[in-house]
Amino acid sequence: MKKRLLTLLLLAGALSAWAAPDPALVRQLAADDNSDKIAAIQQLAAAAEPGTTRLLQAMADDSLYALDGKLFVFDGENTLDALSGETVELPEGADTITVNNRLRGELANALAALKLFDDDREVRLSAAQELQSNVGAELAPVLAKAKAAEKDAEILALLVSAHAKASLQDADPAVRLAAVEALASVNTPAVRSLLLPLTEAAGESDAAVRNAAVAAVKSIERSLAWGDTLAAVFTGLSLGSILLLAALGLAITYGVMGIINMAHGELLMIGAYSAYLMQSLFRSQFPELIDWYLPAAIPVAFFTAAAVGVLMERTVIRWLYGRTLETLLATWGLSLILIQAARVIFGAQNVEVSNPSWMSGGVELLPNLILPWNRVIIIGFALFVLFLVWVLMNKTRLGMFVRAVTQNRAMAGCVGVPTARIDTMAFALGAGIAGLGGVALSQISNVGPDMGQGYIVDSFMVVVVGGVGQLAGAVWAALGLGIFSKLLEGWAGAVIAKIMILVAIIIFIQKRPQGIFALKGRFADQ
Amino acid sequence: MSAITSVLPLPASGRVPLTLRVFAALDRKAWIALGVFLALALVVVPVLHLAVPPESLFHVSTYAITLIGKIMCYALVAVAMDLIWGYGGILSLGHGLFFALGGYAFGMYLMRQIGRDGSYQSDLPDFMVFLDWKELPWFWLGSDSFGWAAFLVLAVPAIVAFVFGYFAFRSRIKGVYFSIITQALTYAAMLLFFRNETGFGGNNGFTDFKRILGYSITAPETRLVLFGLTAIALAATLVFAAWLVKSKFGRVLTAIRDAESRVMFIGYNPLWYKLTIWVISAVLCGIAGALYVPQVGIINPSEMSTANSIEIAIWVAVGGRGTLIGPVIGAFAVNLAKSWFTVSFPEYWLFFLGLLFIVVTLLLPQGLVGLWKKIMSKKQGAAA
Repeated sequence: MKKRLLTLLLLAGALSAWAAPDPALVRQLAADDNSDKIAAIQQLAAAAEPGTTRLLQAMADDSLYALDGKLFVFDGENTLDALSGETVELPEGADTITVNNRLRGELANALAALKLFDDDREVRLSAAQELQSNVGAELAPVLAKAKAAEKDAEILALLVSAHAKASLQDADPAVRLAAVEALASVNTPAVRSLLLPLTEAAGESDAAVRNAAVAAVKSIERSLAWGDTLAAVFTGLSLGSILLLAALGLAITYGVMGIINMAHGELLMIGAYSAYLMQSLFRSQFPELIDWYLPAAIPVAFFTAAAVGVLMERTVIRWLYGRTLETLLATWGLSLILIQAARVIFGAQNVEVSNPSWMSGGVELLPNLILPWNRVIIIGFALFVLFLVWVLMNKTRLGMFVRAVTQNRAMAGCVGVPTARIDTMAFALGAGIAGLGGVALSQISNVGPDMGQGYIVDSFMVVVVGGVGQLAGAVWAALGLGIFSKLLEGWAGAVIAKIMILVAIIIFIQKRPQGIFALKGRFADQ
Repeated sequence: MSAITSVLPLPASGRVPLTLRVFAALDRKAWIALGVFLALALVVVPVLHLAVPPESLFHVSTYAITLIGKIMCYALVAVAMDLIWGYGGILSLGHGLFFALGGYAFGMYLMRQIGRDGSYQSDLPDFMVFLDWKELPWFWLGSDSFGWAAFLVLAVPAIVAFVFGYFAFRSRIKGVYFSIITQALTYAAMLLFFRNETGFGGNNGFTDFKRILGYSITAPETRLVLFGLTAIALAATLVFAAWLVKSKFGRVLTAIRDAESRVMFIGYNPLWYKLTIWVISAVLCGIAGALYVPQVGIINPSEMSTANSIEIAIWVAVGGRGTLIGPVIGAFAVNLAKSWFTVSFPEYWLFFLGLLFIVVTLLLPQGLVGLWKKIMSKKQGAAA
């Protein structure tokens, strides 16, 4: 009877797989001194015996108790002896082992290292990713062990880099050299700052390792520089596509009527607020379709902005025909009124417009080059709008009339083009495109009453550089200005970049007053 | 010359002396008006401010003196703007830049006059101590001298205007192109001055002035002297402008405004005419800025904001372009309205200003002066 009971107990023990690591180390977890505790955690993790995870997890959860050299794990229901696994009564006076922040970090690292031996691939993968940052020298043995056991290529690559990071502090120069060489192919800013100290005599005594580190840092910097440049080009493209949406409308109205609409930026603002209103509408009426508010906002923004544009043209701009400078002032007045109206209606604070879920996140091309979806989609949207405008201008009767009026108003009128109506239509079209630009802008920047103010100068620069009445000019100028200013920004800072662009444009106008693409034909001003 | 002969006996032959030509720039009524204005500013206002007790109805308060002094500076800017826009046909949306440059140039001197009375008791201006700078940057050299500051007030706007104007006018940038590029110029300058590293106090600009030429800047007497100087500057500018627009130079300028190509074909080079009036206008703005800063007590980069520069244009438009009294009237009308609105109905000021822009351009292209002339000619027509 007694024997059977014992067998049963043994069986139960085997079933629950209560295995305890080195008892001396386990007891050391309850040491008074924190550095003793840390040493125990590190050695336990390095040994990676079965059962260590449970023990360390309990410690991290503040459910590891100690009394007189005995340790107890509280698993939520029962108290178990940490070494034998027997269910016991928690003795009077047993106290949790104090875990400070430093210990907590060590525990997290050790637990992650232990997860490297998990059977589940996903667990191992996430553990290996976690160990890419702040991995200490003490984890090197366990990482080596995990590396040897790992079959999965993706995890193996991560483990190689983690192991190399951990062995950078190794006493043996050969190990360090191997680590530096392994890290040379990992192109992240973190690895660069990890290797940087090793390039100097103070941080690394061995010349061979030092040389390898110098070479590795150089290669990483080259690759990072590529990533940075590509990232700047990409943000430049996305800025350029916004500029394009803002400038297309301006280019059309300037081409047709020769006026600059200073309230053009406020049409962007109207488009952005349309997106905000649609978002609020969907939130309150169709919460399950909230992700689709943005496509719904596109026509609303276009027609709202176009309607405001028609109103502006019919009430103010049409009466100032031929007086371009006065039109500038009158449209500035319109813009003041629109800004203040937005302030009165929506408040002076910025409103919140959030990305639909399908626009958040991004694709990672390089470690330091992530393309956010919202910017990718905006670039695509701008190209789509550009295509529509191109079709409209080149394949329709309205487009032909608009081009005719742009080239020679009097002659177009003589052959029967209704110039006044074309003015209104062109203005509505330009305003509508600005509204679309506002929707795009609402996805990447703040939506507030004076958000449009900054865009009038930039989009006018696009018109100046591109040449009047030329779609191709506007496209090249918008993308060029966008990319150029982002590249300069990375190099000289935003303010200096802006000033340099301005100076460059003034110099450019000296050479080509008509813009990149001048209309062909003979003109005399006045 | 007919205007001159009607007022003065002409020398038998040869050129009319400059003094006489200047004297002939204004007619008798205008000289009287100018005299009355100067008498008010230099005698009546000081007496009413200093001698009349504050509770009296006729007392002129410090607030009123600062306000009127400020508006006179604006009027000076408006006249400068009118020279380039009303007579030259060039709409600048960047005159706030020259105004601010003059203000900053003089503000540097005022900052140095604070001496060790700043919050850090340092020889350096407070903001430099704050930035942990150990010595003055090179462009602050000599800023403790009044003469050098006065020179900078004239020279800096002149040089900036000359360089920019030369390149802009040389490539015949005009119309809205020119307007927008001047706007971009001011905007870029504002961004530059907002930076702390630029060395002009960043966001906060210059403020907390204590002294000017050793006199306390808040003393009523100092205020009155500044007030009087502003009035004299405004009057002198008006006389100068009246002489300028009636001179041969002014006539060519007006011709360029009306038909640039024709003037060119006749054989004039518009570049130098435009450039000259552009630089003169910028210098006048600089002077206005320098008079503005000690009276208002602060200069910061927001003076260069694009909105400020466009407002200058509306002062001129409200008063009447192409007349010299118009800008002065416009500057007073718009700014008095602004002071009243921003206190009584702050929400509606921008609506009002926006409407003003639209109504004036649509219905009053000649401004208030044009309206007055129209009414007068109607009356005369009715009388006849």
